Amino acid sequence: MRIRRRMLIQAACIAVAVAAPMTVAGAQETVKIGLILPMTSGQASTGKQIDNAIKLYIKQNGDTVAGKKIEVILKDDAAVPDNTKRFAQELIVNDKVSVIAGFGITPAALAAAPLATQAKVPEVVMAAGTSIITERSPYIVRTSFTLPQSSTVIGDWAAKNGIKKVVTLTSDYAPGNDALAAFKQHFTAGGGQIVEEVKVPLANPDFAPFLQRAKDSKPDAMFVFVPAGQGGNFMKQFAERGLDKSGIKVIGPGDVMDDDLLNSMGDAAIGVVTAHIYSAAHPSEKNKAFVAAYKKEFGQRPGFMAVGGYDGIHLIYEALKKTGGKADGDSLVAAMKGMAWESPRGPISIDPDTRDIVQNVYIRKVEKVDGELYNVEFDKVDAVKDPGKTKK
Amino acid sequence: MTLLTILFDGVAYGMLLFVLACGLAVTLGLMNFVNLAHGAFAMAGGYVCAVLVNQAGWPFLAALPLAFLASAAIGAVLERLLYRHLYARSHLDQVLFSVGLVFMSVAAVDYIMGSSRVFMQLPEALQGQIDLFGVGIGRYRLMIIVICGLLTVGLQLTLAKTRFGSRLRAAVDDPRVASGLGINVPQVFALTFAFGCGLAGFGGALSAEILGLDPYFPLKFMIYFLIVVTVGGSSSITGPFLASLLLGIGDVAGKYYLPKLGPFVIYTIMIVILIWRPNGLFGRTAAR
Repeated sequence: MRIRRRMLIQAACIAVAVAAPMTVAGAQETVKIGLILPMTSGQASTGKQIDNAIKLYIKQNGDTVAGKKIEVILKDDAAVPDNTKRFAQELIVNDKVSVIAGFGITPAALAAAPLATQAKVPEVVMAAGTSIITERSPYIVRTSFTLPQSSTVIGDWAAKNGIKKVVTLTSDYAPGNDALAAFKQHFTAGGGQIVEEVKVPLANPDFAPFLQRAKDSKPDAMFVFVPAGQGGNFMKQFAERGLDKSGIKVIGPGDVMDDDLLNSMGDAAIGVVTAHIYSAAHPSEKNKAFVAAYKKEFGQRPGFMAVGGYDGIHLIYEALKKTGGKADGDSLVAAMKGMAWESPRGPISIDPDTRDIVQNVYIRKVEKVDGELYNVEFDKVDAVKDPGKTKK
Repeated sequence: MTLLTILFDGVAYGMLLFVLACGLAVTLGLMNFVNLAHGAFAMAGGYVCAVLVNQAGWPFLAALPLAFLASAAIGAVLERLLYRHLYARSHLDQVLFSVGLVFMSVAAVDYIMGSSRVFMQLPEALQGQIDLFGVGIGRYRLMIIVICGLLTVGLQLTLAKTRFGSRLRAAVDDPRVASGLGINVPQVFALTFAFGCGLAGFGGALSAEILGLDPYFPLKFMIYFLIVVTVGGSSSITGPFLASLLLGIGDVAGKYYLPKLGPFVIYTIMIVILIWRPNGLFGRTAAR
């Protein structure tokens, strides 16, 4: 009995001795990316788009960069910040990831920020759009957009294009208030007037009273920001009340007219003017190839969230190439700063000072192209930095 | 004239709440079963209707009855398999069971249908507004009011005047005596439960246009169903009906005239009424 036990212990020691260097060697060969996204819950379409785009990118570009194998570990936080924090911790401590990425909503991105700082792990934000996010950790880099980026542009555009009186209708939460503040500032500075400011509760079943209120103050346009999904309901009720025929335009940041929902909104959406960073109808070769590949792979067109994910993984790939495969946080973030490339949405770069994205903002109008609704771009502002930060 | 438009919108919204909640008034109020999964049946009806209209190309009005039948069928099956074992259990058991059912339905629909919001393609005739002496009347909302008005009258007559109605009331009030009198109590309960679920499904299909339809529907609107039944009291159909109207008009008018207060108006109305009449507008005062 005793001999057998000793043999067992010896065998175990040998096994450990042999296996240990192998795992160390393995860790050197792979770069792990922890992807935290809402794959269920109301924000699931964000998570699915980003996950799809990353799969597509890896399929197109292979899973080895600078001699390292890329491994993506996906966690579903269901847009609950507590989950995000727990997963970020697990990924950093147990899985030893080199990068955490994703983050569907602002509170989720903020919840992971202290961990990124502490562990010196880059946090690549691919969706959440509140200005402050990148200021919460020197390791946060963003490839999506900020709401002030698009809202200020539509504010300037409206003031210059004969829109004098505007009613605003925004959802009463951080991104809605960001959008409202940015729009208001630029629109009134351009000589416009806000005749009515309506804030809609986030969980709002019926827009009727708010729309009636807007209709009665007879504005030239309505500035609208509601979370993705509610946009369709809003447009339907807008048309039901006959506001589309009363000459009141709908303007806003482009979230309301997300490409993955646009077609189901119906013809009520035609003519809506929004400012945004991406449209599936963006007329570049790069984008045409991207849309075609995405459609072929997943059977639907990509929205702006997909592009945020596609660019996010590209940023990680390029940073690894630049560091020659060195995957520590400081080298990666240093490599990411100032990086510039051609994305499906157009030319973009990472601002070296704020680590936030600099990109063109396009003014688009919803039109019917080949029987489908698209946001057709007709004007643009080049290289917009996040106005939420440049003020300071 | 704006006042009348607001009133009209409020009535339509209230009617919508009523169709959604009256099935619950039947199961909770009449059968004394706390069925928090009511919204799940409403969602089932909504999705059946949406699939028929958007994918199979059915006309909307033809798909509505099918939404009713489908939800009623699901309700009947679940009643036989699960619910009837819980009739005699405590209300807490019923709550826990039905809440579990809600979460399962959310996950199932998310998996099968995807999490994006679904929009119904409506016929041209139901879109837009009619201008009646300066009052804007939404066509779809008008249809809701008409349908719900008929439904209320029908329901009230069924419960108060028909043989089935009196059997049901007897079965609820005293199952033992009722079965002694030759009433098949389990059958009456099964039918009633299925009917309540059918109503929910019908309401879900009608409401998709205005409230939106996604897998979180049963969770998002659970509170509204409960408010209607609580405020209305659970002894009749008239109670929830009046409660729905009151809450609908109050909510819409509150959001129009006091947009800053937003969703608080509906809760304020509820609290005031419950302080005044703790058993609801038409509640039974004597404990059962």
